[in-house]
Amino acid sequence: MAPARSLKRVFRTFVIEPLKIIASSKAGLAGFIGLLLYISMAAFGPYIVPLDTRPKPEKRYLPPSWEHPLGTDFEGKDIFSQIINGARDVLFVAFMAGTLTVLIATLLGSIAGFKGGLWDSIIMAVDEVLLTIPQFPLLSVLAALVRLNNFTLAAIIGVLSWPALARAIRSQVLSLKERDFIEAARALDLGTRHIVLVEIMPNLMPYIVVSWILSMTGAIYSQVGLVFLGFVPFTSHNWGVMINMAWTWGAIYYKTSVWYILSPILAITGFQLSAILFARSLENVFNPRLRG
Amino acid sequence: MGIQRYLVKVYKNFLVRKLLRGIGIIFATSTLTFFIIRLMPSNPIEIFINQMMSAYGMSYQDAKALALALFTIDLDKPLHEQYIEYLVNLLQGNIGRSIAISPGTPVMEVVSTFLPWTLFSVSVSLLASFALGVTLGMIAAYRRGGIFDKVVSAVAAVTSAIPGYLIGILIIVFIGVQFGLINYMRGAYSAGLKPGFTPEFIADVFLHLAAPFATYVLSTFGGWMLSMKASTLSVLGEDYVTVARAKGLPEGRIRTQYVGRNAILPLFTSLTISLGFIFGGSVLIENVFVYRGVGRLLWSSINARDYTVMQAVFLIITISVIVSNIIADLLYGLIDPRIRVGG
Repeated sequence: MAPARSLKRVFRTFVIEPLKIIASSKAGLAGFIGLLLYISMAAFGPYIVPLDTRPKPEKRYLPPSWEHPLGTDFEGKDIFSQIINGARDVLFVAFMAGTLTVLIATLLGSIAGFKGGLWDSIIMAVDEVLLTIPQFPLLSVLAALVRLNNFTLAAIIGVLSWPALARAIRSQVLSLKERDFIEAARALDLGTRHIVLVEIMPNLMPYIVVSWILSMTGAIYSQVGLVFLGFVPFTSHNWGVMINMAWTWGAIYYKTSVWYILSPILAITGFQLSAILFARSLENVFNPRLRG
Repeated sequence: MGIQRYLVKVYKNFLVRKLLRGIGIIFATSTLTFFIIRLMPSNPIEIFINQMMSAYGMSYQDAKALALALFTIDLDKPLHEQYIEYLVNLLQGNIGRSIAISPGTPVMEVVSTFLPWTLFSVSVSLLASFALGVTLGMIAAYRRGGIFDKVVSAVAAVTSAIPGYLIGILIIVFIGVQFGLINYMRGAYSAGLKPGFTPEFIADVFLHLAAPFATYVLSTFGGWMLSMKASTLSVLGEDYVTVARAKGLPEGRIRTQYVGRNAILPLFTSLTISLGFIFGGSVLIENVFVYRGVGRLLWSSINARDYTVMQAVFLIITISVIVSNIIADLLYGLIDPRIRVGG
């Protein structure tokens, strides 16, 4: 009886209540539903709408119709199915890169803030160097170095994106370190690991989760940008490849090709917007003062 | 008198400290880029030698001797020797000759034809976007919850969610192609026009700036607007604003001298961070508009594996970010007397 009730309580505090807060603002709800749609599109879309790979020259650049909801591309292939099937790669790289960014940033930021001294100086020096070189150009060079697939692409994005976040986490750790409850934990001799994992991390969690979602939008910016410039080999169908194809196959000459280039751009914009709206409403979930 | 002299000394020390730090970072970044660039697959000198051999029927030795004489850079040497050579040359202000883009031309010359365009387009757009965002943000904060606030905040949220280069593509596709204005959106000026300070040329340059300018402004003003709104709202709640109102100061004076001046402070720090970001984004946006700036130059030098030009572009971007950081620090002290000494 008791475990069932506590399970119910956990469910209520961690699922029901946050959802209620998110649903209380229209923008937050829209972002949440948007993200759910994108995730299910990446997960199930390819099974429902298979990729259409046969070129049909007689159907070039058709406008939207029932048969082709978003029209056709320069080879007469259906654009809608390309959008659906292009989601998985983009979201996968964004997820991996965002996660990696947050992991590195949290680790290095909290070490720098908590340990101080030499660790702090070294980490902050590396941080400053990486922050000074604009990220995207460096990424373009790195992209030529490694054999690119989804994993390595996510890895190089993650490895270059942590500095700004690490800096923010370091300063938060620095301010948390001076609080009374940390001093109390020190007085109780609870050990560094306990203090960092049990006392400091939970206080950083809201900030980390929000930054994680925003890092994913940053990863999409870099990833699609690299594909657009042609620095990433076209191994699969994704939105970046579609934009590149549309661009090089005459989007700037033919008025009829507008659907081909517009569709992936709208797909990306929709994801970025949903993620940002959701991240903002999450801030409300974590910070009661913002709710008003 | 003694205190004043002391303050001047600290202030100078602060500048010296910043400069030393900047030099350290420049050293670190040029080292990093030096090695990363040389790790890239395929070697531009080999490509050049092969070209010479096939085009002019030279022997390998002759072609190699020509390459060595032309570029004063030998990629077959051990990496550490190349690195020391690079540093020594750098200290003497010699950044070498272009290998692939325009073989034999001093890199300084190549870069100086591209850099002004980026500095021009980026600084004009950044200032306009900052001014626009700050103004809209303040108005939105004063009319919090009103229609103006809602509409502008929504627009800002949407435009800052779209990556800048996609906004550029949208501008080209919707305005350029559909209205036949595409010719004014490719390049920095019309082909065939002679650069110079003639009225036609200047008009043409601004016409070509319009699309990249709109792209930069649309993709960045939202961020300024949202942070200015938040900052203004928090300043409006401060006691000194209430006191100023209670004293009966004119509202215009409160708005500019009390609220505006304090609210804009935190945005100055982001201004310098955003400069680096805009330089990075210029690689993408300049490619969308074929704008002949350093972003475009970097793209072609990466594709051609032009090591020396790549190094120079990274160096210049780093230096401009560091210099603007220092300028921002000094400006910050000028605007906010409270932090002048502490640094």
